Amino acid sequence: MDKYLLIPLLPLIAFTINIIFGKGIIKERAHWIAILAVLGSFAIAVSTLIEVLNGKTINYDVYSWIVSGSFKVTVGFLIDQLTAIMLIVVTSVSLLVHIYSVGYMHGDKGYYRFFAYLSLFTFSMLMLVMGNNLLQLYFGWEAVGLCSYFLIGFWYEKKSASDAGKKAFIVNRFGDFGFGIGVIMIFLTLGALHYTDIFAKVGTLQGQTINILGYNIDLITLIALLLFCGAVGKSAQIPLHVWLPDAMEGPTPVSALIHAATMVTAGVFMVARFNPIFSLSETAMNVVALTGAITSLFAATIALVQNDIKRIVAYSTVSQLGYMFLACGVGAYGAGVFHLYTHAYFKALLFLGAGSVMHAMAGELDIQKMGGLKKHMPVTYWTFLIASLSIAGIPGLAGFFSKDEILWLAYNHGTIGKIVWLMGTAVAALTAFYSFRIIFMAFHGKFRGTHEQEHHLHESPKAMTIPLIILAIGAISAGWVGIPAALGGSNAIAHFFEPVLGHPHVTAAHEEEFMVMSISIVAAIGGIFVSWIFYSLKPEIPKTLAAKFKGIYTTLWNKYYVDELYGFIIVRPTKWIASNILVAVTDGKIIEGIVNGVPQAIRNFGERLRKLQTGHLQHYAVSMAIGLFVILTLVLIAAGR
Amino acid sequence: MVPLDWYIGLSAVIFVIGVVGFIIRRNILIMLMSVELMLNSVNISLVAFSHYLQDLRGQIFVFFIITVAAAEAAIGLAILVALFKNKAAVHTDEITEMKG
Repeated sequence: MDKYLLIPLLPLIAFTINIIFGKGIIKERAHWIAILAVLGSFAIAVSTLIEVLNGKTINYDVYSWIVSGSFKVTVGFLIDQLTAIMLIVVTSVSLLVHIYSVGYMHGDKGYYRFFAYLSLFTFSMLMLVMGNNLLQLYFGWEAVGLCSYFLIGFWYEKKSASDAGKKAFIVNRFGDFGFGIGVIMIFLTLGALHYTDIFAKVGTLQGQTINILGYNIDLITLIALLLFCGAVGKSAQIPLHVWLPDAMEGPTPVSALIHAATMVTAGVFMVARFNPIFSLSETAMNVVALTGAITSLFAATIALVQNDIKRIVAYSTVSQLGYMFLACGVGAYGAGVFHLYTHAYFKALLFLGAGSVMHAMAGELDIQKMGGLKKHMPVTYWTFLIASLSIAGIPGLAGFFSKDEILWLAYNHGTIGKIVWLMGTAVAALTAFYSFRIIFMAFHGKFRGTHEQEHHLHESPKAMTIPLIILAIGAISAGWVGIPAALGGSNAIAHFFEPVLGHPHVTAAHEEEFMVMSISIVAAIGGIFVSWIFYSLKPEIPKTLAAKFKGIYTTLWNKYYVDELYGFIIVRPTKWIASNILVAVTDGKIIEGIVNGVPQAIRNFGERLRKLQTGHLQHYAVSMAIGLFVILTLVLIAAGR
Repeated sequence: MVPLDWYIGLSAVIFVIGVVGFIIRRNILIMLMSVELMLNSVNISLVAFSHYLQDLRGQIFVFFIITVAAAEAAIGLAILVALFKNKAAVHTDEITEMKG
């Protein structure tokens, strides 16, 4: 058996064992199997990365999945620079989240189930990133969505959790509908499913148009936008971002793994993977860039006023995902994936840190009721601080290099690039502000919760703090592979990605790059500084501001009323149709009419028929005699002719 | 020599008496007797035709019919006795349990 196959197979085996034997035999030992499996995957992923670093690219088919005439679907692996990085991100974050969960999920009655789902998720995600053809990508795409649904609704007795699971699944249907059509369009126009075949042939589509309802639409633009639809759903971009904040109903390790570090980045991965298609359509690229930038700004503004620690981090995730799309949209795929990779570490760290805080606060999520946690949980505090500095873009930390690379390449991308660069810089300031709002409100100042909670405060167990520390190391150092030339580095990661993702040609001088960099550093430090004034120095300022700009504040607090809008234009009409047409007419009248009407008709007929059975012997005799008479008469008439 | 028509006429008259008796009488015993009448009317016509056509097969039929009629009378009477023991009735108006 070749080792690449083992990467996804080990978690699958762990899932199978845990789901079958978990309830009866394994119980509280479920984590051993899951952790060993993902550790194995991680080890192989590292050795694969080393091979790829040495210039090897792996592309082969393992198994024929569907064969029907000339149509053939295979399960195969393509491991190039992009996949290798994704493998490392997925397996390493997954491994740390597994270990963290041992502490976090301790004593939960669904313990074995939790680890089984985590393994299944890891398997699906690895299939998604390793696939060498479109259908396998689609398989992984839907499978991770399913796991996400399982894990958001993990505490299914809680109504809000099962609702959030459904919401995530249904909202993703919208995106996946487009994505599915995109997959079909690619197959119909190019007749190929393997990436290599698709990318070899895609050039032939250039200039072709397709007529839809009388409009001639550029074929490549259409395909790219349909694929992007899927990415919008999976990566929670406007207008399908509504599911991600609600997904925080799931256990926190799940939020860290699925809804921050890996699954939600599948959209970015997909756009980067299909960069030969996207690059051919300027319209599609601009849509991607603007969607990313607008989402980024939009989510960052919502995050400013929320009080739920996990929701702030969730909006921050939406915002950072927007950043990655912004990068892809300006052609800086490498920078986008670089940000994906650094983001995975600091965002997973933020979530796990938030989980650690919740653990200490007995499930409390409201940062207004926290404060002064610094002295009670030093490890959580310091790691959370590192993650916040990293996401804010403080020089030297991981987030700085990737964010700066994106902003710099956006700046160099013409008019549209300048626009998104401006938005991106604004987002950087906002990000620094809301990230440090958590730090100042939750970890500094006086404790504002109940006395009971204060008594209960404690640092989390080792199983939780060690992953935090490891992730903190990642949050600091993950970006060092991408130190730009302007700062004396070699930007190794950009060159590493170049064969797959290309690299935008930049002619501007280093001076300009320093200017861009300084602006974003000023934005970051400014954000932190304002946050410090607001939430540490003069805590009355936010309240006066909120009172003064009440309209803006309530709009942000209610997340721009997007949920309400969807409730009004989609959920309510759907419910109305369901109850007044489907239930009342289709089900109530038509189906019940048939199901109940047929037996009723037979019953009525029988009711009449039984009247013949009088019980009087004479009646039968008379009918026999008459019958005989009639038959004989007819026979005689017939014979007489 | 009595002509064939007379035998057929006699047979028809007895058959009609049997049918009408079966229909209008309410006593099961009488009704059974009416059934016997119908069977024997058929026997008469069979024997008459047998003689007329000089073919013995008709008379062989008659033996079968007599046998069947005897068996039928035996079973019918047995049922009748059982019925009477159960319900103390021989009148068909009183025996309408099979009404649907």
